[in-house]
Amino acid sequence: MTNSAQDYLPIVYTIIVAAGFVVTTMVATHKLGPKRKSKKKLESFECGIDVQGNARIPFSVKYFLVAILFVLFDVEVIFMYPWAVNFRDPDGAGPLTGLGIVGFIEMITFMAFLMVGFYYIIRKGALKWED
Amino acid sequence: MSETVRTKLEMAKTPEGVEGPGFFLTSMEKAVGLARKNSIWPLPFATSCCGIEFMATMASHYDLGRFGSERLSFSPRQADLLMVMGTISKKMGPVLKQVYEQMAEPRWVLSVGACASSGGIFDTYSVLQGIDRIIPVDVYVPGCPPRPEQIIEGLLKIQDLVGNESLRRRNSEEYKKLLNKYGIE
Repeated sequence: MTNSAQDYLPIVYTIIVAAGFVVTTMVATHKLGPKRKSKKKLESFECGIDVQGNARIPFSVKYFLVAILFVLFDVEVIFMYPWAVNFRDPDGAGPLTGLGIVGFIEMITFMAFLMVGFYYIIRKGALKWED
Repeated sequence: MSETVRTKLEMAKTPEGVEGPGFFLTSMEKAVGLARKNSIWPLPFATSCCGIEFMATMASHYDLGRFGSERLSFSPRQADLLMVMGTISKKMGPVLKQVYEQMAEPRWVLSVGACASSGGIFDTYSVLQGIDRIIPVDVYVPGCPPRPEQIIEGLLKIQDLVGNESLRRRNSEEYKKLLNKYGIE
């Protein structure tokens, strides 16, 4: 069996049909559908109430800092869920099959590292809202 | 398995046209009408008890989804049908009008219940005596509040209007005049 460029022609056809369908549909709907571009129609939708001010205003960077720190410690807590499930009795075979004291020490170590980071951001003043 | 309730399924009726093996020809208007009427996206503007009836209409028991309207739109941009359900106070009037004006053409309005249609029992200074004072209404559903069956009937009437509407209607002078009567460009 030989491979030639001609064998790939169906793919080209598929691409033409796919792109052609999108372009035709878009053009047809824009040409055929009725439109009413009045001033009120083009205003931004605010549940029927007059728009007040501009949505593009500068925000304090503190929002970002708090949000990203929240995500960090949030993920840490999510790690604790599977750990807690496996801690004592993962498959109902008895308490001795769990992670036991070793798992406990591992989690304490993990938490301790993160607590160092937590202490750092508090001392750094990252969570202080007022200047 | 216990007794299964079998209802006769009814497909959307094929419009008039020329049929042959493997093809079907009909007018653009009929094809568009068929597509439009069986996929109306309503925007629920529920302000009081008729809104509760509407919730029942949307829920599994009455299931408005059977008529192609399970997709509610909470933005007027994607909505085809504005369903006004409940008392519209005069303060709410401009809000309703704004929502109507921000809907994309073609758009229809269903006025559900006595309050939306005529002010109902609230014949007072604060209540709009029918939403047709500010926006054009296509179908009125009477009742205080109407039962879900009545709301479905109203939607079916809207479907008739949608299916039979001329494609040129929204660009016609007549329609523009109708809108101008309500102070809508």
